Amino acid sequence: MSSTLNALLGGVLIGVSASILLVFNGRIAGISGILASSLTKEITQNLWKIVFVMGLLVGGYLAHYVLDVPIPTPTHDGVWLAVVAGLLVGVGTRMASGCTSGHGVCGISRLSVRSLVATLSFMFAGFVTVYVMGALS
Amino acid sequence: MNLLMALISGSVFGFGLVLSGMTDTNKVIGFLDVQQWDYDLMFVMVGAIAVMFVTYRWVVTHSAPVYAESFSIPTHTVIDKKLVVGSLLFGIGWALYGLCPGPSVISLLYQHTSLAVFFVSMLVGFFVVDRVK
Repeated sequence: MSSTLNALLGGVLIGVSASILLVFNGRIAGISGILASSLTKEITQNLWKIVFVMGLLVGGYLAHYVLDVPIPTPTHDGVWLAVVAGLLVGVGTRMASGCTSGHGVCGISRLSVRSLVATLSFMFAGFVTVYVMGALS
Repeated sequence: MNLLMALISGSVFGFGLVLSGMTDTNKVIGFLDVQQWDYDLMFVMVGAIAVMFVTYRWVVTHSAPVYAESFSIPTHTVIDKKLVVGSLLFGIGWALYGLCPGPSVISLLYQHTSLAVFFVSMLVGFFVVDRVK
């Protein structure tokens, strides 16, 4: 299968997943929010969030195992870059109350202008960052 | 039932992320490279948004989800500095390393020190902001 088709099918599955969570549980599949509150808030009320995160691991494992998707090698090996980038992603998504899933998928599809602004902002910053990193190296 | 649905939803999400290429940092950085644009990952958004768009048509005609009393859908519409600055910071981090929150959970399966460091740093970032709030 072509990587373009894989991306489309993967995207459809992500849409199906977010639909299941919304139609059955009434919840938005925003990963940064789910992750953050599954760690900090009281466990009983947020058990579903921990279970959802476990599901991510199960599904990810199955995709590699069943479809024989090769394990990707990280582009950057450096620990300090991982620290800086991880902090930026953590701080940024919490400040904005959403990431690629919450704003990019769930927000845009319900035509939220707020989520559209967030998505355009992180895409723009992403394009500029890769460009600058390329120019520097 | 709620927990089972959360497990199914999470699993399908994880499966989709790996299939789509979102857990491959090379693929993500290529997608954000305007000079040699690898447009594949745009179709992840296209596919996901198309399905969710239809789902929202269903949601607006129903007063409650199947296994809960009400829908918990964000209601704020304010576009402020926090939203924009936060998203810009997120975009920089996403492009520097090639992972956003969902894929970084799955990357723990790859047993690579740098990926785990990214994940833990992201959690620290969540924690810091939630403390300040």
